[in-house]
Amino acid sequence: MALELPNFALLAPQIVIALAALVLMTAGAFARERWRQWNYVVAQLAVIVATLLTVFTSGDPRVQTTFGGIFLVDWITLVVQLFIYLSVFAALIYGRFYLIERGLERAEYYALVLLSLLGMQILTVANHLLLFYLGLELMSLALYALVAFDRNHALRAEAGMKYFVLGALASGLILYGLSLIYGATATLSLPEISSVAALRPGDERVFGFGLAFLVAGIAFKFGAVPFHMWVADVYHGAPTPVTLLLASAPKLAAFALAFRLLVFGFFEYAHYWQPMLMVVAVASIVLGNLAAIAQKNLKRMLAYSGISHVGFILLGLAVGVVEGNHQLALNAYSATLFYAIVYAVMSLASFGLILLMARSGFEAEWLDDVKGLNQKSPWFAAMLLITMFSLAGVPFFVGFFAKLAVLQAVVAAGYLWVAVLAVVMSLIGAFYYLRVVKLAYFDEPTERQPLIASSETRVLLSGNALALALFGLMPQGLMSLAAYAMIASL
Amino acid sequence: MTLTHYLLLAGALFVISVVGIFLNRKNLIVLLMCIELMLLAVNTNFIAFSHFLGDIHGQVFVFFILTVAAAEAGIGLAILVVLFRHRQSIHVDDLTELRG
Amino acid sequence: MKLLYTVVPFAPLVGAIVAGLWGNRLGRTATHRITILGVLIAFLASVAIFFDVHNGNTFNGPLYTWGTSDGLTFEVGFLIDSLTVTMMLVVTFVSLMVHIYTIGYMADDPGYCRFFSYISLFTFSMLMLVMSNNFLQLFFGWEAVGLVSYLLIGFWYTRPTAIYANLKAFLVNRVGDFGFLLGIGLIAAYAGTLDYAETFAQAEKLATMNEAVTGWPLITAICIALFIGAMGKSAQVPLHVWLPDSMEGPTPISALIHAATMVTAGIFMVARMSPLFELSDTALSFVLVIGATTAFFMGILGIVQSDIKRVVAYSTLSQLGYMTVALGASAYSVAIFHLMTHAFFKALLFLSAGSVIIAMHHDQDMRNMGGLWKYLPVTWLTALIGALALIGTPFTSGFYSKDSILIAVAHAQIPGATYAYFCVMAGVFVTAFYTFRMIFLVFHGKERFGQAHAHHDHAAHGSDDHHHGLAPGEKPHESPKVVTVPLVLLAIPSLLIGAFTIDAMLFGGWFANVIFVDEARHGSIAALREEFHGALAMGLHGLTSLPFFIALAGVALAAFFYLVRPDLPDRIAARVRWLYTILVNHYYFDRFNEIVFAGGARRLGRWLWQIGDRTVIDGAMVNGSAQIVGEVAEAGAALQSGRLYHYAFSMILGIAVLLLFLYLV
Repeated sequence: MALELPNFALLAPQIVIALAALVLMTAGAFARERWRQWNYVVAQLAVIVATLLTVFTSGDPRVQTTFGGIFLVDWITLVVQLFIYLSVFAALIYGRFYLIERGLERAEYYALVLLSLLGMQILTVANHLLLFYLGLELMSLALYALVAFDRNHALRAEAGMKYFVLGALASGLILYGLSLIYGATATLSLPEISSVAALRPGDERVFGFGLAFLVAGIAFKFGAVPFHMWVADVYHGAPTPVTLLLASAPKLAAFALAFRLLVFGFFEYAHYWQPMLMVVAVASIVLGNLAAIAQKNLKRMLAYSGISHVGFILLGLAVGVVEGNHQLALNAYSATLFYAIVYAVMSLASFGLILLMARSGFEAEWLDDVKGLNQKSPWFAAMLLITMFSLAGVPFFVGFFAKLAVLQAVVAAGYLWVAVLAVVMSLIGAFYYLRVVKLAYFDEPTERQPLIASSETRVLLSGNALALALFGLMPQGLMSLAAYAMIASL
Repeated sequence: MTLTHYLLLAGALFVISVVGIFLNRKNLIVLLMCIELMLLAVNTNFIAFSHFLGDIHGQVFVFFILTVAAAEAGIGLAILVVLFRHRQSIHVDDLTELRG
Repeated sequence: MKLLYTVVPFAPLVGAIVAGLWGNRLGRTATHRITILGVLIAFLASVAIFFDVHNGNTFNGPLYTWGTSDGLTFEVGFLIDSLTVTMMLVVTFVSLMVHIYTIGYMADDPGYCRFFSYISLFTFSMLMLVMSNNFLQLFFGWEAVGLVSYLLIGFWYTRPTAIYANLKAFLVNRVGDFGFLLGIGLIAAYAGTLDYAETFAQAEKLATMNEAVTGWPLITAICIALFIGAMGKSAQVPLHVWLPDSMEGPTPISALIHAATMVTAGIFMVARMSPLFELSDTALSFVLVIGATTAFFMGILGIVQSDIKRVVAYSTLSQLGYMTVALGASAYSVAIFHLMTHAFFKALLFLSAGSVIIAMHHDQDMRNMGGLWKYLPVTWLTALIGALALIGTPFTSGFYSKDSILIAVAHAQIPGATYAYFCVMAGVFVTAFYTFRMIFLVFHGKERFGQAHAHHDHAAHGSDDHHHGLAPGEKPHESPKVVTVPLVLLAIPSLLIGAFTIDAMLFGGWFANVIFVDEARHGSIAALREEFHGALAMGLHGLTSLPFFIALAGVALAAFFYLVRPDLPDRIAARVRWLYTILVNHYYFDRFNEIVFAGGARRLGRWLWQIGDRTVIDGAMVNGSAQIVGEVAEAGAALQSGRLYHYAFSMILGIAVLLLFLYLV
């Protein structure tokens, strides 16, 4: 038997990130103080190199596998990874100034970010249940550590502890689900599971049981009701750069996870998981929008708003399969991918705005801190307006098209009442976004310190918010990309 | 001993650990123990299936779970230490500053 | 050419963005230069497009496509034809004048840059509205002009009256928008397109269909729904109540938005939809009656106003009624013609009223004026020209358009035409009376200014909170050049444009292929054409016709009451107190709305609350949905207790719910 080496080149982006994380960890332990500024450069370089490698290695041919088929690289990998890189890249830029000011900019921070990035990458290329588990744990463990990373504040530790305990519970649920699925199908390989023709009745019961646990775990990673309890506390308690990261890239990774497992793996059993996702999605949209109204903390408000957006993402996943209609499924899933991408970009902008206003000793995380932004900087008040309008789904901002696309899929699947409910809740939700705009434009500022954010942050934030407006005017490009990724991969 | 026995044992362990997480209102260490127990319940499941299915993959999975559990415990305890430094307590009920 | 088309709306938009974002940093001079430059470019481009269209080059096509869903295409597109280009010229020209005028009018206002940003933004929105080639963009422009209008009505947002007026405009327009959206929805549902041309191509087919749910004739339902939208925007009875209150905004926007452009959007829209309206006599009758009612009854209210801007505002309502009547009589081109002349002379009247207000140091009460012609010669002359055009003096622009409307109505055959004819004829008298009442009270008669504010009651309806009036002995001064030059520039078209354009616009085929009239059934425009023998002949004939004498009678009566016997009006008012009371309360429309709609809503709420109180044990469940939302929000937040075991418990409950589904499927 000839030894055949697997195709390492296909995993080059993952390898680069892993190596960079190791380098940074070593640097954290041994490097001199004056080399510290290079940590940031190494991390960003790694992300950029990984982006380029992803572009060059994936996409052609459309679907490639390696390591005996346990890794799978296709167009979904490509699109999702690109936006994950983009989110991490932006998160590092937005967060840097904040971290430097608070003496937190250490090699360990970058190492942890890259490790969680590696976990997310693995979630997008995994094709085997073991890999999903490992990717998920790698991403989550690094994020737990990041949340509690700032040891000077009790809130950070509390948030980290809550995130850890609940996250571990969710991991346990997923694992339990995976073990049952393994027992029912006798395999851990995703393609093999999907090709298991029919289960014996007893096994199907076990399988369904496992699926429920799996859906619960996925819902937790998304932060959907009723597995959402960690979201608000963690977003609030974590340092804002970490919150920013938490609210963007992991949602895309969670999308990849859910999509691979449920659609690639368990498509035949959609009648089990679709109603589960539906109920979770509707609950998220309702509770997220309502609870956000009562918030006074901007980060908490955005956390609840995130829960409602996640509801839309899950809603798109939940309405894909209608009597085997392939076209409807494609539409629904591409709308979902589009929504996930748009939500990640909107999250970046909204938390980026908080970081823009923050400075040493001033977190700018309360609603009152937004007051009178227009007087300090009309430009960034306009950026805030764009971001909030887009989050609220005001027409002609990209958030509107994301909602529209998902709702069309929902209506096409025949769930008119769900669509109506989602629209009503979104309208109620528009209230708290518009309240932020109102505070920025019509209220007197509580303090008159000028904005001192770095020029990178300013440029990136402007580009980020303007992208929301621009994609609102021309959503076709991004939508076609999402649709193409689906067509090329399914 | 049939597969069902093992599954019932694992299920019982799993339920004990889950109930432990939301019944225990005192000690955070107990929470960490419950999480370990939960992973062990899953391991039992995997091994039992692996044995009765005659498929080795399940047992490989268990090794990975054991490794990850160690890492998880490490991070959990680290966060616990940070928390204890601030609060001088590891009481679950003291973790209520973030809410609403 | 496409580039030039694009420049027209976007040049003002760029100006608005620059002024809005960096206005305070750039300073006032740079701000007004940039915005005026933007509008000037738009105006010049419009002129170029005008000549191009004149040479027969029209355009209908998308600029770019937003998205396609279920066969409906959403796109931004332009339809450039004679109707569009007429509107573009009017909008950009009046907007340019108003921009220049604003330099003088708002000179002392702290919101200078914001104001310029808003009016440029308005110009953009209005241009998008008129240049649209599809319903979606029309609706976008429709809402955008509405939005800017609210912003500008509430421009002095520290005044409670301005906020109230602002809110009122918002609410009333929502009623109209509901109809408008319904109309667009019906078109989308039955025609399967949002494009004008494609919709019109199916008009005959739509005319044969019935609405599925109600069984009403589809075309009538669409037209009436669309017209309800127009009623909101163009302030037709009973959705007119917001327009008089909108005078709380600064005067330049009263001229630009609430006289010349935005309020005419409804008229424009109906004219644009002429291929649809022509197919429904019911809808046309409805239009005719509403317009006639507005024209006459709103004019009467102008007689009892003492605030100079409100007189002009009621006159605007009345003139909008005239335009609507022309639409109802199928004389769409006449309506557009009147829209154009009205834009010029009404903007002129508003701006001269503004000039008077500046001279009076922001006192708007006509009872405190009188004899101003000596002090404000330019304003007086231009206001007089505006007034003469408004009452339809032969040879002025207003004469040609208004007389055409009168003739068109006289020849209209559809139900309601007789009533409409009576209303518009009587309206001529009323118009002449209130217009010259205003001229005489303001510019002639005894000088009453500087008398230490004898009348404080107008402060109750809150015309101005930094109003001072003139100090005793102080004399008013003519306004600066930036104010008077636009007045003169507007006075010229107010006098002349009618005579020069009537032939081309009404009879010369300028609107051929754009406005569709079924002359076999609706013959008023044909009759008009038969009676027309050139502008000069029409003017000469006008000197001997009935409307001229009616107007003359109105002017004479005004002169008698306000110059010869100034004591008479008050005595008459005292004699017929009941009538006077009805009029000063604007026929109780506001009171009616307050009691029936606002009060009714409150009462309904209370009733529901009481029912809820009885049926729901803890009461207060139906106490306003906002409160419910608030309470649910609080409850949702309260669930978030901060305790880990509650969180874990919630997750376990979730699992239990999911497991339940296994037994359901």
